[in-house]
Amino acid sequence: MKYIVQRIVMAIITIFVVATLTFFVMNLVPGGPFMSEKAISPQAQAALEAKYGLDKPLFQQYLTYMKGAIHLDFGDSLKQRGRTVMSIISTKFPVSARIGLMAVVVAVCIGVPLGCIAALKRGQLLDKIIIVIATCGIAIPGFVVCTILLYLLSVKAGLLPSYGLTSWKHYIMPVISVAFYPTAYITRLMRSSMLDVLGQDYMRTARAKGLSQMVSLFKHALRNAILPVVTYVGPMMAYTITGSFIVEKIFTIPGLGSEFIGSAMNRDYTVIMGTTIFLAAIMVFVNVLVDIVYTLVDPRIKLK
Amino acid sequence: MENKNPLSFQLDLTPEDFLPATNDEKESLVIMRESVSFWKDGFRRLKKNKIAMVSLVVIILVMFFSFIVPFFYPYTYEQQIKGANNLKPMQYSEQELQQKDAGENIFPHFLGTDNQGRDYAIRVMIGSRISLIVGLVAAVIILFIGSFMGSVAAFFGGVVDMVIMRIVDIIYTVPDVLLIILLSSAIKAPLTDLATKPGFGWLQKLGPNMISIFIVFALLYWVGMARMVRSQILTLKQSEYVTAARALGASSGRIIKKHLLTNCIGTLIVTTTLQIPSSIFTESFLSFLGLGVQVPMPSLGSLAGSAINGFMSNPHLLFIPALLISLIILSFNLLGDGLRDAFDPKLKN
Repeated sequence: MKYIVQRIVMAIITIFVVATLTFFVMNLVPGGPFMSEKAISPQAQAALEAKYGLDKPLFQQYLTYMKGAIHLDFGDSLKQRGRTVMSIISTKFPVSARIGLMAVVVAVCIGVPLGCIAALKRGQLLDKIIIVIATCGIAIPGFVVCTILLYLLSVKAGLLPSYGLTSWKHYIMPVISVAFYPTAYITRLMRSSMLDVLGQDYMRTARAKGLSQMVSLFKHALRNAILPVVTYVGPMMAYTITGSFIVEKIFTIPGLGSEFIGSAMNRDYTVIMGTTIFLAAIMVFVNVLVDIVYTLVDPRIKLK
Repeated sequence: MENKNPLSFQLDLTPEDFLPATNDEKESLVIMRESVSFWKDGFRRLKKNKIAMVSLVVIILVMFFSFIVPFFYPYTYEQQIKGANNLKPMQYSEQELQQKDAGENIFPHFLGTDNQGRDYAIRVMIGSRISLIVGLVAAVIILFIGSFMGSVAAFFGGVVDMVIMRIVDIIYTVPDVLLIILLSSAIKAPLTDLATKPGFGWLQKLGPNMISIFIVFALLYWVGMARMVRSQILTLKQSEYVTAARALGASSGRIIKKHLLTNCIGTLIVTTTLQIPSSIFTESFLSFLGLGVQVPMPSLGSLAGSAINGFMSNPHLLFIPALLISLIILSFNLLGDGLRDAFDPKLKN
């Protein structure tokens, strides 16, 4: 219990530090949200800045913002008139999260078995094929995967719709694109950690005391070998559920990832702050989750 | 010697047996094999690794095409050929066909042309040149900053270590894409100003965007290298030779440079080689967003990014740069893995 309180305090501090840093970095960089609109007159610009409090000293702006943020009020978007940051996040996050969660499930369900098979068939043809595919998977950038999928499945074969998100068919390509890299990474991770575990003494003991191949694999090897994968999946999940910009741009999906990049390019200060804090909060939450999963997978690890 | 006892152990020796041994005879007694230096040993292991050698050949080929071939190529990357828009690979425009009929020699467009009538093959070559330069230069900058910060943090410890490691943590926590976008848009304006001033003409030549990419990478990505170097030096600095060097009066700078960094050279090589593909990866992502190198200068990422809009009709414009990026990244990754196995077997796994 004490541990959990400690973790929550640490989490709040981390989020606070990230928010503070982002706030000052964002404001110290020359330029501002209303600089790029050339047609705007100096008076109008001053009026806009006054409306959003951007003319006040930086530290005061910071205090005002933080006071709002504590009450979960992240302000209005500077660029999208009449929308609060909260409403932007709450409409766009579910879209990205659905795709991201499906991608995590796909990546784990394919990556873990493939890695195990490669480790068990070490040095054989199957192992080599899996390694080659996984290495290629790590080297191919996301936009290449997206466009090749789009070309093959949508343009050439005409099987799947190329944009939007209205039926289950729309989800297939984005999910594959998001899951591509993590799958390859998990496969490699799983293979190397499985090889490590298979060489341990307790595996020989398990076989020697007469356990079947299956029991020794699932009860002894897998549970030990999966720990590095759990460590990787945590942060990876945080990134995927907050959306991938490239995938959302190519498949025209209204998700949080494209919102984040768009706000950074437009200098939409409040949206940048809101999405960054949201991302940091998810990151921290997922890390706590990973710790809990640890104790379930490996009883030797205790929360302390 | 005639009255020798048959049971005696006395040897039959002649005066020749007492001659000094010749060099050949001396050498035949040496059973040690020639000592192998660190580099020779590493390269010998690398040469045995077929995958690494193949990727090395691929990298050299790509470099040949992107750095040498453009000098002999009849088209340039910004030259717009009239009436030759959107040609398919190996296709000629009507004007060129007429010239060809008139007996002129027209160099074929191996990869066709883009929508502005620029020869695509040369654009891809220049694009991969840019991507390679970004990868290599960024890796070198990161190598210097990262190994300096990491070794200083580990060697001096205490407050220095704490300050540097907190900076590293901070850079890790703030989302890097956000920093990249903010910094590169912020650096662009002052750099463009600076490039017009006398004495900074070379800046114009490279393009302010490219410089800002280097600066951003240098500011953000040294942290991984610094962590790596720090963890190595933390153990290395306990070694006896460091104490010995210190006792002999070597300065801290000399110990770091001559003893500590040279002893983690394997890690440095491997981390730098693996940094190259990740820089190329990030650059292609940035160019894809339109934050990369300046138009008309192409990079593989911007070529792919601009081909996306019209890729239903001209898919090859997208696939060629896309596949090339994947190939370059893949080869550097595999070469890096090979180098790790060859120079730093401890790091394996």
